[in-house]
Amino acid sequence: MEGSLNSMALLANYILVPGLAYGSQLALGALGVTMIYAVLNFSNFSHGEIMSFGAMITILVTYWFQGLGISVYPLPTALIALPVGIGGAILLCLLLDKLVFSFYRQQRSNSVTYLIVSIGVMFVIGGITRFIIGPDDRNFNDGERFILKARAFKEMTGLSEGVAIKSSQAITVASAFIVVAAVFWFLSRTRTGKSMRAYSNNPDLALLSGIDPNRVVIIAWVITAGLAAVSGTLYGLDKSYKPLVFLHLVLPIFAAAIVGGVGSPLGAIVGGFVIAFSELFITFAYKKMAAYLLGDGVLGDGLLQLLSTDYKFAVSFIILVIVLLIKPTGIFSGKSI
Amino acid sequence: MSYLVSENMVAGYGGVNILNSCSIQVDLGQIAVVVGPNGAGKSTAMKAIFGMLPLQSGSVKILNESISNLPPFQRVKKGMAFVPQNENIFTSLTVEENLEMGAFTNPDAMVTIVEQVYSLFPVLKEKRLQRAGELSGGQRQQVAVGRALMTEPKLLMLDEPTAGVSPIVMDELFDRIIDVARTGIAILMVEQNAKQALSIADIGYVLVQGENRYTNSGKALLENTDVRKTFLGG
Amino acid sequence: MNFLFGKYCQTQLGLKRLPNLLRNLILAGIMACLLAIVGISQSWNLAFSLLNMCLISAIMALGVNIQWGYAGLFNAGVMGFAALGGLAAVLISVDPVRAAWAAGGQGLLFGLVIGVFTTCSAIFAWRRLSNSGSKRYWITILLLVVGFATMRFFTDPATLAIEAVDAARSGYLGGLGMPIMFSWIIGGLLAACVAWIIGKISLGLRSDYLAIATLGISEIIIYFLKFEDWLTRGVKNVNGLPRPVPYEIDLQNEAWFQQVTSTLDVSVVDASSLLVKACYTGIFLAVLLAVIWFSETALRAPWGRMMRAIRDNETAATAMGKNVQKQHLQVFVLGSAVIGIAGAMLVTLDGQFTPTSYQPLRFTFLIWVMVIIGGSGNNWGAVLGGFVIWFFWIEAEPVGLWLITFLTSGMEPTSWLRLHLIENAAHTRLITMGMVLLLTLRFAPRGLIPETKR
Repeated sequence: MEGSLNSMALLANYILVPGLAYGSQLALGALGVTMIYAVLNFSNFSHGEIMSFGAMITILVTYWFQGLGISVYPLPTALIALPVGIGGAILLCLLLDKLVFSFYRQQRSNSVTYLIVSIGVMFVIGGITRFIIGPDDRNFNDGERFILKARAFKEMTGLSEGVAIKSSQAITVASAFIVVAAVFWFLSRTRTGKSMRAYSNNPDLALLSGIDPNRVVIIAWVITAGLAAVSGTLYGLDKSYKPLVFLHLVLPIFAAAIVGGVGSPLGAIVGGFVIAFSELFITFAYKKMAAYLLGDGVLGDGLLQLLSTDYKFAVSFIILVIVLLIKPTGIFSGKSI
Repeated sequence: MSYLVSENMVAGYGGVNILNSCSIQVDLGQIAVVVGPNGAGKSTAMKAIFGMLPLQSGSVKILNESISNLPPFQRVKKGMAFVPQNENIFTSLTVEENLEMGAFTNPDAMVTIVEQVYSLFPVLKEKRLQRAGELSGGQRQQVAVGRALMTEPKLLMLDEPTAGVSPIVMDELFDRIIDVARTGIAILMVEQNAKQALSIADIGYVLVQGENRYTNSGKALLENTDVRKTFLGG
Repeated sequence: MNFLFGKYCQTQLGLKRLPNLLRNLILAGIMACLLAIVGISQSWNLAFSLLNMCLISAIMALGVNIQWGYAGLFNAGVMGFAALGGLAAVLISVDPVRAAWAAGGQGLLFGLVIGVFTTCSAIFAWRRLSNSGSKRYWITILLLVVGFATMRFFTDPATLAIEAVDAARSGYLGGLGMPIMFSWIIGGLLAACVAWIIGKISLGLRSDYLAIATLGISEIIIYFLKFEDWLTRGVKNVNGLPRPVPYEIDLQNEAWFQQVTSTLDVSVVDASSLLVKACYTGIFLAVLLAVIWFSETALRAPWGRMMRAIRDNETAATAMGKNVQKQHLQVFVLGSAVIGIAGAMLVTLDGQFTPTSYQPLRFTFLIWVMVIIGGSGNNWGAVLGGFVIWFFWIEAEPVGLWLITFLTSGMEPTSWLRLHLIENAAHTRLITMGMVLLLTLRFAPRGLIPETKR
């Protein structure tokens, strides 16, 4: 009994809690990617850099607030700086659309042209972000570190395995939940949201119905930018902020969007958690757990790991490739919001 | 003077004219049917009337006011509605949301017109929370017509509404279309199933090579031996 | 930027109407002048290092051009193929570590056999069970899990043993101890083999999925090279690879070399490193010309015509009975092989293999910028793009720094804004590259040397 409780605590501490947090970050990112795909029909490689840009603005405002002595302790100051970050990301996206993407929309360019354009945009925003804030690692989480400390959990339950919950993890899951709920409410309940789904589903008929495509595109960018700023900031709060990371984060995000079905918001959420949990499950060392359940050394002295932790990020790409091979439309058969 | 009068329309794609002097009229409460062999320019005529294709010459008038130069969405405001042949519904939206999108420019219609649409097409009310893409072919066409009716049109244009549905469903659809016409709406439709379509038509146009060959009441055309032999297969 | 502006002026002056050859010669001339300016104002050593890297970049760009320009395939896995070429350079040129082979060679080979067997049986089961519903998934997964667990049972202790052998200096199996130039061919072959597998998997996907899939696979390749220490030493890098050209120190000790330098009145040290670089330039130039000759010939042949036909209208080509997927696979493999060759050359030039240096920004996206700006579909364009973009990628840093120092010279020398700008000036090159790419796509989408109609 004690053994199985301990092994459950082990799973909760190393898989459930971090998986929920990481999954929420990926889900928010994937939702943004999927939104642009559904409305504008291209894979936006610059999404990672938009996340980075939004997070950067949030961080700068956080520093400013800290300088002014504004704080919401025990919550991190970044939470009150976040609206400014969202605003900055929205401005950036609208500017990008006006200066760059709208031209290709008029030309009715194919998706690969868009893709290459978004790579150019990725370079520019990435450069601007690094130019402003520099390439270094930044920790801007000034709130309370833990909600539940491992030792407190042990004392509470008498188990020998602890479960720790960082406050950044709780904030991540909670804000992701609120944001996702808001986006889903918007898409399914408001007239504008419905018109976005309609445009994504059948642009010609949407035009016949008097839906203004420009408005739909602008709203898609606003939502995407908001999602990007939130997910970028949450990722930075949970781990730490470093501009280079976001280039690499794009791939797990795309993996999440594709696994769920590109263009399907529900798919993006599910995909985010599928990717996050597979990364953790596949690279988790089950040695200790086996010891609790079966007794020491029954299964030999290996780590009982499916794949070495070094390959943590590679897992998402492997899943991505497998999904593309078996079911390229993803779990929720993409392209429809 | 009829509600819609289009006269001597000439139009085509990339310099090749498909329509060579085609004239079509329809009045409120009437059903006008355009039939003809493949490539006669039936769908082109619809597009030209709805403004999806520029006219080389000729005119389109509503209540004696020329609308020849208006883009499609402004013609919608003038009281025209168009149901394309393919991809005429939002498959991933529910039936109700489809109707709501039809009423996008006129949200009040969602309160008033929607009940009329539901009473015309009772099956839509039954399935209103279902995704339109999950419905059968005939039901999809009803959604498509219903969506077009949400703009409160005076003229409803249908491009081959019965393409790909079974004969039973076709009869049912034609009944519905007659019901729509009875509410005082002018109906202009292009049909492959010429015999059945002409049987409900107040006025029929037989188009050949982009020109009017025969124009008469549906009944008269059905009785015309030339028309029967050449276009209706005996 | 200056360069692009030059092009803009030409168009304005109506030089566009001049024969293509003249325009190309002018563009090449400008490029040569730019390198010469670096040689005079900075140093000839630097100019030649730049030139060597330009040559390698040009070959990589040619590889991408074969895939994108000829066939419209978006391969975002350039980094992976370049790294595989680099791996070949290590595996061919380094001497074998006999102690490591003795420690774990057997177990490793046996494990690899099991791994191959597992993969084959899983593929076989997957194909055979296409009608058995969910059973198909479970059986395939079971086969894979059991197979790979067995493999790990043999390989894990073997790799540990290998990595324990003199970990500070080797800790890997080493290579074959053959001349490093030979690895260029092997690098190409290795990249081609992997490209064949990747192509089989992903070429059926629509174009932007292909990009994401190849990007993902290239990341997997880099992870493999980074963490499989028994093969590559991983993050410990492999240093001191043998060279195809003489070492500077040997040259400096040669009597004839000292004599030549003294007659020319130049420093022995400078001259030796210059000569070494010039030797590389000669070899690289030969490879570049060979690749160009090969791809130009292929492009003019019926094969090239067919490729372009497929690129421009896949449906029509299919209707004419062309096997599009097979042709795509061919061109994907060929292009990747060229990238692999360039990857091996790059590691040869560096003299070391550094898995962590493979970043998608530098090895995938930058190469793409080269192709787009040079002119997709035109081999000379790809070469010019390789030169121009590499040149600016390197020179944007000093030029950007100089520019910012100049622009902020009016400010207080200690003002935080000025210090910040100067500190982060290096990042302007990312912005510059992105802007150049965006401006080209917008105003000259066919590139500096557009594809010629044939």
